[in-house]
Amino acid sequence: MTLEAIDLTFGYSARPVGEHVDLTIEEGSFTVVVGPNACGKSTLLRALSRLLKPSAGQVLLDGKAIQSMGSKQVARRLGLLPQTALAPEGITVADLVGRGRHPYQSALRQWSRADEEACREALEVTGTTDLADRLVEELSGGQRQRVWIAMVLAQQTGLLLLDEPTTFLDIAHQIELMELLTRLNREGRTIVAVLHDLNQAARYGTRIVAMRDGAILAEGAPHEVVTAEIVERVFDLKCRVIDDPVSGAPLVLPLGSIDSTTSMSPDAAP
Amino acid sequence: MTVVLAVVATTAAVIGLGVGEIRISAVDVVRTLVGETSPTLETVVTQWRLPRVLLAVMFGAALGLAGAIFQSLTRNPLGSPDVIGFDAGAYTGAVTTIILAGSTSLVIPGALVGGIVTALLVYLLAYRSGVHGFRLIVVGIAVTAMLGSLNSYLVLKAPVEVAQMAAVWGAGSLNGLEWFEVRWGALSIAVALLVVVGAGRQLAALDLGDDAAAALGVRVERSRLALLLGGTALTATVTALAGPIAFVALAAPQVARRLTRSAGVRMVPSAAMGACLLIVADLIGQHAFPAVVPVGLVTVVVGGLYLVWLLVRQARKEIHS
Repeated sequence: MTLEAIDLTFGYSARPVGEHVDLTIEEGSFTVVVGPNACGKSTLLRALSRLLKPSAGQVLLDGKAIQSMGSKQVARRLGLLPQTALAPEGITVADLVGRGRHPYQSALRQWSRADEEACREALEVTGTTDLADRLVEELSGGQRQRVWIAMVLAQQTGLLLLDEPTTFLDIAHQIELMELLTRLNREGRTIVAVLHDLNQAARYGTRIVAMRDGAILAEGAPHEVVTAEIVERVFDLKCRVIDDPVSGAPLVLPLGSIDSTTSMSPDAAP
Repeated sequence: MTVVLAVVATTAAVIGLGVGEIRISAVDVVRTLVGETSPTLETVVTQWRLPRVLLAVMFGAALGLAGAIFQSLTRNPLGSPDVIGFDAGAYTGAVTTIILAGSTSLVIPGALVGGIVTALLVYLLAYRSGVHGFRLIVVGIAVTAMLGSLNSYLVLKAPVEVAQMAAVWGAGSLNGLEWFEVRWGALSIAVALLVVVGAGRQLAALDLGDDAAAALGVRVERSRLALLLGGTALTATVTALAGPIAFVALAAPQVARRLTRSAGVRMVPSAAMGACLLIVADLIGQHAFPAVVPVGLVTVVVGGLYLVWLLVRQARKEIHS
């Protein structure tokens, strides 16, 4: 399951957000897209998932132009959890997860055993089986986010796109969610996530895509992308990058200007 | 739940067929319906009362369904066709034709055109790369207010007898409707249903938000347009034939949702609830008062109380959250 953007220009009515973007999401990777606010990360995700029609260039899903594929055909291969997803009032967890089966249903093909099985599995993998009969609005933020992931998993796609899945979660639930995604990735799913936290991106991602102003400035393994020089170019933030003593991944330490024991320039450090 | 509502509606229908100046027992009503009866009963039940009962059920269901569609699309219990301007627009169309023609002969096309033009206007004014629920409601309420003043102006300037005709039509009533209206109403509602049922399955996904729905393989704008058209046609049919019957579309989906404890508003229970509400309201209008009261007045009174309750509840919720 590969996803490729070729010379992609995308955006909203006349005003392009990104121009001539090339990107390959490798099969089996956990790609994390990072970048400052309004750099076009979410818009890129929408263009990659066919929600936004590109004004030039194309997106290939398994080598086929995604715009030429049927919308349900795409939805059976590529799942997307947007930031804007809403749970209708009074919906139960099981009902919400079941809606992930929409691409498999039609007027002639209603709820089937395969749907049942897919939902059971999605609940189990995300550890939400016990919540199945609860109302979504009664859940904690962390539980709710796992339920949404279960909804996308019920779609049974090899490719998962997630737009800032950890926003609004406390640190413990962020880590719990990142580990869930890592587990899903290791079980064979290709994952693309937009994240704000660089350190989580570096620790859990297998590839990092750094964006700024609608363009991809750097792309590669965490150690190649999360460097002091690239972080400054992408975020205008001076920092030091050390090896995370826990995971060995690069760890970004912003220098800032207040209470910093190191001087602004890393070269001048004692 | 839908079964319970069907039973209630059927019971109300039998009562509606039996009660009146000539009282007929329930047994005789059923007998007449299956064809074992005297010519007198046949006339009273089948010719006089059956069309009205059928219309109440049909129109109630159509309004309940239209309400479910609009509330679902706008994700707001206030987003019903009567709140967002269709009734007011249909009334403008009706009054205009009554004034121009001096009679109610052109009221049906007039109301249809008025309702549909208003719907389009509200849709276009609220459109900004897709239609969003809240904007549709705010624009709809503004358009309703403007049309309301236009309607008052038209009625005030018109000759007394014309104003009277307009007022009678504007109350929304099943009085004087016959098999003619049943046939046309059924045909028009059937066409609208074809559109709605096709796109209706997408509502379960659309409820999750536009992007989530699109990611699940729904063609969002196309489905929404089909549902808007279907819902408008349902409302317009009822309004054209019976006049504006307010609040059924507003209340039925919400009451049905609470009774069925379902997630979001659903189409079938809403339609069943709408049918129940309208037929019961029409029974009340016909028999609870010394004179026959148009069903539109009954629904306005009942629905008005409901609307106040809904607004208070929503306002409280927003303060708390």
